[in-house]
Amino acid sequence: MQTLFPWLILLLPLAAAALISLFTRPHRDLSARLSIGAIVAGFWLTLLLFALPGAAAQAYETRIPWLAAGGLQIDFGLRIDRLSLLMALVVTAVGGAIHIYSYEYMRGERRFSTYFACLSLFTFAMLGVVFAPNFVQMFFFWELVGVSSYLLIGFWFERPAAADAGLKAFLVNRVGDLGFLLGILLVWSRLGSVHFGELERRLAENPAALGAMATVAGLLIFCGALGKSAQFPLHIWLPDAMEGPTPVSALIHAATMVAAGVYMLARVFFLLAATPHWPAALHFLEGLDALEIIRIIGLFTALMAGLIALQQDDIKRVLAYSTLSQLGYMVMAIGLGQPGPAMFHLATHAGFKALLFLGAGAIILALHHEQDIWRMGGLRRAMPLTFWTFLIATLALCAVPPLGGFYSKESILAHAWHQDKLVFALAWCGSVLTALYMFRLVLVVFGGSPRRPRDAQPHEPSHIATWPMLFLAGLTVLAGGADVEGFLAGGAQGTASLASRLAGPLAHAPFVMLAGLAATGLGFAMAWGLYRGAYRDPLPARWSTLASALRQRLLLDAWYARWIGGSFEALACLASGVDRWIIAGAAVRGVHGSVELTGRLLRLAQTGKVSTYAFALGCGVAALLYWLIR
Amino acid sequence: MTPVGLPHYLVLSALLFSLGLLGVVLRRNLLIVFISLELMLNAANIALVASARFLNRIGGQEMVFVVIAVAAAEVAVGLALLAALYRQRPTVQSNDLDALKF
Repeated sequence: MQTLFPWLILLLPLAAAALISLFTRPHRDLSARLSIGAIVAGFWLTLLLFALPGAAAQAYETRIPWLAAGGLQIDFGLRIDRLSLLMALVVTAVGGAIHIYSYEYMRGERRFSTYFACLSLFTFAMLGVVFAPNFVQMFFFWELVGVSSYLLIGFWFERPAAADAGLKAFLVNRVGDLGFLLGILLVWSRLGSVHFGELERRLAENPAALGAMATVAGLLIFCGALGKSAQFPLHIWLPDAMEGPTPVSALIHAATMVAAGVYMLARVFFLLAATPHWPAALHFLEGLDALEIIRIIGLFTALMAGLIALQQDDIKRVLAYSTLSQLGYMVMAIGLGQPGPAMFHLATHAGFKALLFLGAGAIILALHHEQDIWRMGGLRRAMPLTFWTFLIATLALCAVPPLGGFYSKESILAHAWHQDKLVFALAWCGSVLTALYMFRLVLVVFGGSPRRPRDAQPHEPSHIATWPMLFLAGLTVLAGGADVEGFLAGGAQGTASLASRLAGPLAHAPFVMLAGLAATGLGFAMAWGLYRGAYRDPLPARWSTLASALRQRLLLDAWYARWIGGSFEALACLASGVDRWIIAGAAVRGVHGSVELTGRLLRLAQTGKVSTYAFALGCGVAALLYWLIR
Repeated sequence: MTPVGLPHYLVLSALLFSLGLLGVVLRRNLLIVFISLELMLNAANIALVASARFLNRIGGQEMVFVVIAVAAAEVAVGLALLAALYRQRPTVQSNDLDALKF
């Protein structure tokens, strides 16, 4: 059972995707049921694995031989340990809720079955990443995640913006994945294995096994997370990916795909933490280690995205930048050498951010695809259930006790405080920003008076869509009691009592906790002052330069389009010129032209008169005779 | 008067051959071209017979028989071709037969 269940969890969504695409496409309802059934079954099986005695206690693997080339033997297997079980639970629980919500949200869609096939394919790919026991298998599923997310982001491909967004996400991810692939090859060439357990064992035996390339290998592998988890400078795809259907945003861009990068970093943390060492050519970087760079990038992303989120008017884009910011916190936690808190924050964030997206989806649906927050307003009375779940998720995101987000964020902040006061100070500023932009969103969307056309009568979605929201809200409230860090660290469950865990932050780091609460309070007060009853954003009037820079996403997208896009265009022009003038011009047309010219000349000898040929024959015979007799 | 010797026959043969060649090259009427071809063959025959007679070698005369046989066959095939051609295109002028010219 311990080997059968993980296989079932992984393969059920694939089976659903295959069945839908091959057979049940015309039957909309059946297709949706297959897809939902697969992931819900996966959820229950994951819970069963947790409940099985000893299943979660120790890591084990099940594998079948896959590739054998020379000395390289790669198995296709599943690694079941605490980390992958936790992640599988997050994916199937949040994913399952989103699957069910999609049933309502996508009801009027023409390609309803296709949508569910894509969702199931994505779930399969994501679970493949989660259970992968080696780098090669992880990379395969990693790319499959990229493909299926491309399909889902560009699901409404009739709209150019959606098609472009899918392409952008795919291409930006390729940049990161190139680094990831190089990192895998580097690790393999140095350590002779791609298997996580084997790599960890070899590094434990000989910490200097990676030699001079230790830090480079760590950073190259981090490149993969840079793309998938949308960290600066590869963050630009995530806000655009909001062009996809809202449940897709909830699934991919809140709970699972973007979390894959953080999960991967936690999985290969032993590589990142290897003895820092630079090759001779990069000696001037000596003293910087991989974790330090990861920490800086995470922190910078958290702050930058938090700032940009302040001035976004599209409800989904605010949430997208908020996601970027929270992913920055997770990456920063990895960079602080703390994969446990990073995974804890990942798990809680998956729940409440998916809930926020589902709430946004309910609003968008109720307002007939209106996404501008300045044309909403006063929805608190019209959609009370959406309001309360949205508020719970917002409070969790802003780290208000005793919700899940409070404990995970406090844990990250506490580690920052113990290691680096500057990082803590900046992360604290990020917390203020978080509270500011989230309460701005809540106040503008739900507070005040309606700013929409009079005839629109928003109402709650049907109960099929509200149950997943309530489920996620319940998870968000209860997540605070889960001892994820202790579970990941391998301690026996239930050592600390629930009460002591809930009061943990106060006992361990009272100052950090109070500072965190103060940050939330400060952000809330600022949002209250600026946005209560506001009809339009007051910031552009006060700080026009800053606001316009933030509105243009700090000009990063324009800069990328101009310099990277421009240089590629120049390169393309050069290639086109070479093709047109040298290859097509000189080589192809040159050969063709000279052959034709020769042909035209030789054609003159073909007079069509027998006598000419006879004369040529006579001359030929005479010449032959002369040559023979001479 | 010097007796008629081998050089005389060879010169006659060469003259006839040249006449035949000129006929083949210059004339347009296919029948005349045909006759000129025969002339060239028979010019060669004269040279062969004369050489055989004056050099006392029988091989030349044997060769003449072969040539006559080939000439007969050639006439048969050639005239048949001409007749067939004439049914397709009622002309015997070689200049009119330029369908293969590009």
